[in-house]
Amino acid sequence: MKSLGTLGIIGFAAAVTAALPVGAQEQQLTIASAGGAWQQAQRNAWYTPFAQKMGIKFNEEETSAGMARVQAMVQAGNVTDDVVTVDTAQVLSACDSGILVRLDWSKIAPRDGFLPGAARDCGMGLDVYGDVLAYNTDVVKSDPPTSVLALFDTKRWPGKRGMQKIAPNNLEWALEADGVPTDQVYKVLATPQGVNRAFAKLDTIKNDIVWWQAGAQPPQLLASHEVVMTTAWNGRIQNPIDHEHAPFKIVWGNEIIEYDMIAIPKGSPHLDLAYNYLAFVAQPENNGRLGEFIPYGPVVKDSVKFVPKGTLAKLPTAPDHMEGALPIDMEFWADYGQDLNKRFNDWLAK
Amino acid sequence: MLLVAPLFVLLLLSFCLPIAELLAHAVYDPTMHDALPRTAAALDTSPGQGVPDDIVFTALGDDLLAAKQNDSLYNLAKDLNNLLPAARSHVLRTARSLSPEKPLTRAELTSVDPFWGESETWFAIRGGVRPFTTSYLLAAIDLQWTPNGSIGQVPADQAIYRTIFARTFAIAAAVTLITLVLGFPLAWLMANLPGPIAARLILLVLLPFWTSILVRTAAWTVLLQRFGILNELLLALHITDHRIDLMYTRAGLIIAMTHIQLPFTLLPIYSVMRTISASQMRAAYSLGARPFFAFRRVYLPQVMPGVMAGCLLTFILCLGYFITPALVGGPADQLIANFISNYINIDLNWQMAAALSFILLALTLGLFATFARMFGVDRMKLV
Repeated sequence: MKSLGTLGIIGFAAAVTAALPVGAQEQQLTIASAGGAWQQAQRNAWYTPFAQKMGIKFNEEETSAGMARVQAMVQAGNVTDDVVTVDTAQVLSACDSGILVRLDWSKIAPRDGFLPGAARDCGMGLDVYGDVLAYNTDVVKSDPPTSVLALFDTKRWPGKRGMQKIAPNNLEWALEADGVPTDQVYKVLATPQGVNRAFAKLDTIKNDIVWWQAGAQPPQLLASHEVVMTTAWNGRIQNPIDHEHAPFKIVWGNEIIEYDMIAIPKGSPHLDLAYNYLAFVAQPENNGRLGEFIPYGPVVKDSVKFVPKGTLAKLPTAPDHMEGALPIDMEFWADYGQDLNKRFNDWLAK
Repeated sequence: MLLVAPLFVLLLLSFCLPIAELLAHAVYDPTMHDALPRTAAALDTSPGQGVPDDIVFTALGDDLLAAKQNDSLYNLAKDLNNLLPAARSHVLRTARSLSPEKPLTRAELTSVDPFWGESETWFAIRGGVRPFTTSYLLAAIDLQWTPNGSIGQVPADQAIYRTIFARTFAIAAAVTLITLVLGFPLAWLMANLPGPIAARLILLVLLPFWTSILVRTAAWTVLLQRFGILNELLLALHITDHRIDLMYTRAGLIIAMTHIQLPFTLLPIYSVMRTISASQMRAAYSLGARPFFAFRRVYLPQVMPGVMAGCLLTFILCLGYFITPALVGGPADQLIANFISNYINIDLNWQMAAALSFILLALTLGLFATFARMFGVDRMKLV
């Protein structure tokens, strides 16, 4: 009977703790995002002002496995995240699997006020970022690269190169490096021959690649001279340049342009507050403010005038960065991602 | 009995049940069965192989329309894609083009998309609508069902898991051996030195043991990288004349894993060695045994239970490594746990993750059973 008594006490204690907060606690919103300089920027631009305005508490979670986390929560019927930030490539398939709330845009902002493709059924764009190339001027002293495609020229720039351990971007760049015009990339990649061609091109540099997984890794790889060049998200390189005087340079040629998205998991415990947060971020003056803290561009058309002047030239969407830039095709990756990701992982393991 | 009951209940609820539930994912996948109930029923009444007749196609049309309504279409498409590459877009495109007015026939659907008229498609659907499946377990050892009902090899460019299981066991064995070679003499020193010095040695061994595995792995990246401390040291001492690549290599991975695992091998050996009186060896010498003979016949047999326990502990722990390979190893040094983690976190294919876990668990238990039968569990001394 001793054990039953103990269980009873535990059960009682649990019931008391569960009952207590209801009356005492203020409203809170839980967000899961990808951490690092980007989450810091979101905190400054959005979390803190929103929490103040609404008189609520903001809970932050840091994770690099956003959608797996949501799927686990929804399947278990125990959703604790109210809003999550998502990769562009993942938002469509997660929406299709029914684990995200189909957004009611009347509660957020007019859908046509966003850049094309940024206002999705289940996801709202937060910012525009560029997948770019970066190098350390202490390492590359002469003959600086002018395009991301320098990755594939190991004769001119010998040494290790950092690349993100995912199929998107890398396959597009491989085709461009193999001579496919930028506007034909997805057409070619949709054919089996095109896929073989992309992997054959990646094969030529396979032994020179250092794979990174978290956005905070590329600046570390550059700072430690571990690589001669690395792909990166532009903000993660610009911030150490601006704030720590790191000797890094960004190469914009053949950049790939993507949106960061935000979504609401089905079963979010504070749905109304989550909608309020999305509406808050979609207000032009708020959407432009992120640029003060990290050089990612706004997705709301009217917010360009709220972006600080000094930031505009550092954005991936600045006119002289856009030449030859490729906007990522989310529909393509929603359709072909499953097979291409598997092929990519099999290729990596060989 | 009642005293252990709380622990027993805790273990059952927080350990055994979740493992069982996860492993069930490997063989039980009701997604397609739930999304295609009418098709599954129609296929039951018209068994056989190849492309079925109109009844099944009508049922499929109804199922696809219903699936489109209740959000199960995409999970259906994804699941079928796991069995049949490229199926996903066919399912989605067909479902988009369907209209609810007319019942569907075989001729119509195959004209919308010839995909539905191929026998491979129906082979995959027949397999998929059965909620209990062995496909994932087979895929985890590079095998698959073939349309004629036998088990065959998967295409060579997709066959990766046997290599990775072999790699995982090989690296675990290498690390175990190195920790034994390094740890055995150290354990002997610790057991035979005078008290205060031995206590300091033990502290030195235990200090890293109390540090988180992630911190120690990160520390090794600092030591091993091209411009890291180890390379600077080797250059300064003129041992090498160029920087050697240790990060993202097998050698670097084994160094880092050896460091983390050393205490696990060492401590069981040390605890056994402490109980062996030095007078035994002296007795052997006085009876005329040479040092090596005395070591082999008197000392080693008594230490063996500790050696076996330490090695088994390290070996089994090594099989589950994934943070260290992810951070220190290269793409060709990823262990099976890295693939399991990728299937869970990135691909959201929990069936495959469960199947790989199942195989890993079975191999580990098999190894343990063999080991226990050969040497006897009761002879092992874990502490």
